[in-house]
Amino acid sequence: MTKHDLSNVRGDHRILCDFVASGSRVLDIGCGTGELLELLIDTRGVDGRGFDTSQKGVNEAVARGLSVVQGDADNDLAAYPDDAFDYAILSHTLQATMDPKQVLEQLLRIGKKVVVSFPNFGHWRNRMQLLFKGRMPVTDYLPYEWYDTPNIHFCTIRDFVALSEEVHAKVIKAEALDARGQRIGFNAPWWVWNLIGDQAVFLLERK
Amino acid sequence: MTETASAKPEKTPNISPSTQASVAAAQMDMPASKLMRFDSDNPLRLDEGTELAPWQIAYETYGELNEDKTNAILVCHALTGDQYVASENPVTGKPGWWSMMVGPGQPVDTDKYFVICANVLGGCLGTTGPACTNPETDEVYGLDLPVVTIGDMVRSQAKLVEALGIETLFAVVGGSMGGMQVLQWASAYPEKVFAAVPIAAGPRHSSQNIAFHEVGRQAVMADPDWCHGQYAKEGKRPMKGLSVARMAAHITYMSDESLHSKFGRNLQDRSAITFGFDADFQIESYLRHQGMTFVDRFDANSYLYVTRAMDYFDLAAAHGGKLANAFLHSTTRFCVMSFTTDWLFPTSESKDIVRALNAAGANVSFVEIESSRGHDAFLLDEPELFKTMRGFLTGAAKARGIPAPGNGD
Repeated sequence: MTKHDLSNVRGDHRILCDFVASGSRVLDIGCGTGELLELLIDTRGVDGRGFDTSQKGVNEAVARGLSVVQGDADNDLAAYPDDAFDYAILSHTLQATMDPKQVLEQLLRIGKKVVVSFPNFGHWRNRMQLLFKGRMPVTDYLPYEWYDTPNIHFCTIRDFVALSEEVHAKVIKAEALDARGQRIGFNAPWWVWNLIGDQAVFLLERK
Repeated sequence: MTETASAKPEKTPNISPSTQASVAAAQMDMPASKLMRFDSDNPLRLDEGTELAPWQIAYETYGELNEDKTNAILVCHALTGDQYVASENPVTGKPGWWSMMVGPGQPVDTDKYFVICANVLGGCLGTTGPACTNPETDEVYGLDLPVVTIGDMVRSQAKLVEALGIETLFAVVGGSMGGMQVLQWASAYPEKVFAAVPIAAGPRHSSQNIAFHEVGRQAVMADPDWCHGQYAKEGKRPMKGLSVARMAAHITYMSDESLHSKFGRNLQDRSAITFGFDADFQIESYLRHQGMTFVDRFDANSYLYVTRAMDYFDLAAAHGGKLANAFLHSTTRFCVMSFTTDWLFPTSESKDIVRALNAAGANVSFVEIESSRGHDAFLLDEPELFKTMRGFLTGAAKARGIPAPGNGD
């Protein structure tokens, strides 16, 4: 009944879908043209809203019938009331915000639960590039040069765990994904995931 | 705010100006469109504290109302618009003022939706306004008509919608003053509005906008033919004053960029400046033309009333100073639109609306459209505007469970 073939869906989006309960109210921050929102509406029947900095992406999403507004995570989250959504989702956007800590705090305020996905800067390939080449890593996931990247606040999986602690968030679930966007299926300490995970998806709530 | 907009007068109206004025006069009490009359036992409560009765509202409809009465869209017109949103205006002979937006196969698709458009209260094409006959005196109201507000306009439309047997409107859409009415509808009758599309509007009339309106009203009132509002009795019309009012207002509907690219400093039918006060420049000639054609189709007192209604609009003030309070617990789906070069209702004002809707937890979309054509862009051929309207209404129709025209790329 869904037009989405989940096997073709971006790895972190697939996991995000698993993290979100059916029929819930969802705000997708950094929703782009609304790909994930549409997926969540189609597969989970959510009441979905979106939010993106690019007006062009927003216009496209609205023309597709999605409820999306232009705004940026750093400045416009303050307008939303407490607990406005069951889930506040930040998919591959945290590293592009001016003040990630403040953004995460806002998310925890407006969402009863918060889902965050981000590229892991601590992956061993990144470490090797820096160690042996002495250059900022450029990979499939992080295709930008240091001077033109929108990703101004990179973090590693362990950094994110530490930030969660600092903003009094409890990690309910976490998944690390490999280079092919597949879930790393075994349980391992954070430092292992931090070495082999290309990206990670976290489900948080207020402590 | 103007259907002639910033387009040059390409078509010659098929009715001559002098006849236009008399045709317009005939439309005040007995419009060519549909008409709903409310008698003394169905008065219209007005914000100023009085009641209006009897009163009437002139409207047009397009398309078919479905059996469940769930596919009705109310289009609210701008300052000098009218009920002829998608059909020929009987005064000017011009096509409907939004026929690119409303009609069969258009974004507001009359093959799927039942579209209603009513002349506003205070207007001059059949709904009770200052140019109508006061039934108590059998003379034209003139300034005896109470000052009306956007809230009054919407209350009159709600009575019309109710009289048509429609409980919930699928959507209320409109630009500029029409957008103000959309916001007022969503705030005053949230349960009656499934979707709302305010375009190029704001939650209140700004000081700058009031200032421009005041210039226009003073121009009208400074015309000796205005006769303190009693010009109908005197057999006169304050054409010069109204024309100047329109010229000043028209500037606010365009952008510096569009004026520059359309007219620049080009001279009108001459090769050199004349060292006189004739219309040397094309822009002067254009504005004079806009002013002159306007007076043939619009009543001067109506212009005072309707501009005043816009000035008085302040949705936040009506809700304890907090705009979000106007939309608390709203289940209406909103789509707010603005244009980049609109300085009459700039994007910042649309964003105020969006922030308030978010704060109220409402369902909102917001699109800012790139256009060089200023405020008037909402009436012109702007593909992004049509695309957004079609997409939003289609999404809303799905949610409402009614057939939608689809995205028809």
